[in-house]
Amino acid sequence: MKSLNRLTLTACMALLPFSHTAGASTLEIQIAYLGFEADHGPVLSNILPEPADAGLRGAELGISDSNSTGRFLKHQYSLHSLSSPDSASLIAHAQTLYDQGLRLFVLKLNANQLRQIATQLPDDAVLINAGSSDNELRSNACIPGMLHTLPSRAMLTDALGQWLASRRWSRWLLLEGNQSEDKAYADSLQRSADRFGAKVIERKSWDYDTDLRRTAQKELPPFTQTREYDVVLVADERGDFGEYVPYNTWYPRPVAGTQGMSPVAWHKVVEAWGAAQLHSRFEKQADRWMNSLDYASWAGVRTFAEAVTQTRSTDPATLKAFILSPEFQLGAFKGRKLSYRPWSGQLRQPIPLVHPRALVSQSPQEGFLHPVTDLDTLGYDASESECQVQ
Amino acid sequence: MRILFIKAALVSAMLATPLAHAATAIVSNEKDDTLSFIDLETLEVTDTVSVGQRPRGIILSKDKSRLYICASDSDTVQVMDLASRTIIATLPSGEDPEQFSLHPDDRRLYIANEDDALVTVVDTVSHEVLAQIEVGVEPEGMAVSPDGRWAVNTSETTSMLHWIDTETHELVDNTLVDQRPRHVEFTRDGSMLWASSEIGGTVSIIDVASREIVKKLNFQIRGIHPDKIQPVGVKLSADGRFAFVALGPANHVAVVDASSYEVLDYLLVGRRVWHMEFTPDQKYLLTTNGVSGDVSVVDIDKMKVIKSIKVGRYPWGVVTLE
Repeated sequence: MKSLNRLTLTACMALLPFSHTAGASTLEIQIAYLGFEADHGPVLSNILPEPADAGLRGAELGISDSNSTGRFLKHQYSLHSLSSPDSASLIAHAQTLYDQGLRLFVLKLNANQLRQIATQLPDDAVLINAGSSDNELRSNACIPGMLHTLPSRAMLTDALGQWLASRRWSRWLLLEGNQSEDKAYADSLQRSADRFGAKVIERKSWDYDTDLRRTAQKELPPFTQTREYDVVLVADERGDFGEYVPYNTWYPRPVAGTQGMSPVAWHKVVEAWGAAQLHSRFEKQADRWMNSLDYASWAGVRTFAEAVTQTRSTDPATLKAFILSPEFQLGAFKGRKLSYRPWSGQLRQPIPLVHPRALVSQSPQEGFLHPVTDLDTLGYDASESECQVQ
Repeated sequence: MRILFIKAALVSAMLATPLAHAATAIVSNEKDDTLSFIDLETLEVTDTVSVGQRPRGIILSKDKSRLYICASDSDTVQVMDLASRTIIATLPSGEDPEQFSLHPDDRRLYIANEDDALVTVVDTVSHEVLAQIEVGVEPEGMAVSPDGRWAVNTSETTSMLHWIDTETHELVDNTLVDQRPRHVEFTRDGSMLWASSEIGGTVSIIDVASREIVKKLNFQIRGIHPDKIQPVGVKLSADGRFAFVALGPANHVAVVDASSYEVLDYLLVGRRVWHMEFTPDQKYLLTTNGVSGDVSVVDIDKMKVIKSIKVGRYPWGVVTLE
């Protein structure tokens, strides 16, 4: 252990970062990144589009962060990436990269694509999901061996549910869009309501087809005229109608969920615990703000790098065993060390609750206790999940 | 009656004399862009002075006539004349200076540039940059060994201590420690180095000669989740008996026996405690509590917190002088 803690290098290494002169003793770590550029279809609110390269820029920052540690250890990281709107070419490229010898994959893909790649690649590939928040992947339809850095929908809605419980806003009006993701988010909110003692007084689907930019003031008040509620919760992942709900509700009540105050993996307004430095590195490189998908891909790359730093190995089995061991800890700017759930392979993490200009809170909330770690009060706990990652 | 009155006046005048030269503590307030001056007799704030943006690390010159201030968002180190409490110079610090350490020669200032992965060495007399040394991501803690041979920097994201030879200004060795090292402190004889790891939750004690970790301290406080025990500041008492470790959001300072490395006690202080300093007489320890915006005063003989002093928003660094 002692030898692990201490590393010696020559002054010349320090002056020549990423030097190739180190020769045979340099450990080269190649990480694959595959990103699906989904077409979300036309939406009513298209004023502030999501960046097309979300995820990729996070993975790139993960590589440069890791190389800055790596140069002191003669570890050199590189990224082999492909971003595409075409599923087939992404899946084919995964095989190509595997055949070239790559074993470490960060995947910003949907659940179907993840499943296909997991089926196609041999078991020694280590796959990190940084693109799908599907609850099924963490509960009852797990992909054997897969790790997840993006929080599940259940983690997000539980984070929100705990906060609403702490505010004692227990009567929820639930509005959902017409996409399958919206239904999944709304189902997840329903689950959180049951867990934290809230009551969904009504669940309504948005199916109007008028242009809300002009008629929100007319359409939404009657749409939200129901029995009285404390808060309106919106399930509209792609941002179709949800942006128009705040200030247009029948009762003067706050709005949360996918719009209004949102539970997220990451946001510009998270600035404590050194996050300001992560933002400034990211913005220097990408010329935009870092979002949840960027964060998940960054955390994926950093997970591999942290395992390499600690084990001095590039053997995928060694790395994966270490990542899932109690010794693994990831410093990830959320105020505490992060680790992976040994059942579902989900990265445990605090969830910030944000509105566009400020951090409101961060869950888990005070008083939500757990025998192992309060982080496991968010999402599917061991007893609720059928997954066996190891 | 009259004589009595004069006597009383004399006595109070004599008592008052030390007040005029009372020891002072200076605290940097990160989110107020000010320094708070605390009178250490009355334990009250007597003055608040505006400085550059986001003041964090502060240190005194050897003669204690000047104060160096890391004005992080102004990208400069300011030099304050303490007699007049005015800024008399700014030093080229590199971007985003956070913590620094003054070489025993009283001239060379070693500055950690958090945003740039650099350590900048500045001559405080000529105001020249003598060297910039590449280190890991988010350099933070800085300490120069008492003999002046080593400058040690911690890089938070890289989780390493970087050993810089102060003769050549080259990085010659690295020690890997637990996640997010924040602060380093040499023992008075320079033989050992204490390094806190905020996210790792540990303090590593490193033998300077071999640069190997000889002991790792862990902390446990009843009712506080281990993840919230986050060591940041470390201070070693002049008599060599105690080490104090500020535990951040655990809102406690750990008292450690500096020779047996046994944790003796945990003292409840304000919220999010980061940095500390002893009063010049070593009777008290002051802690900066960022979230509660105050300074806790620990009586070291009694090992008790005796007072908290409200200062500005997010107090960060603290120094004391006669």
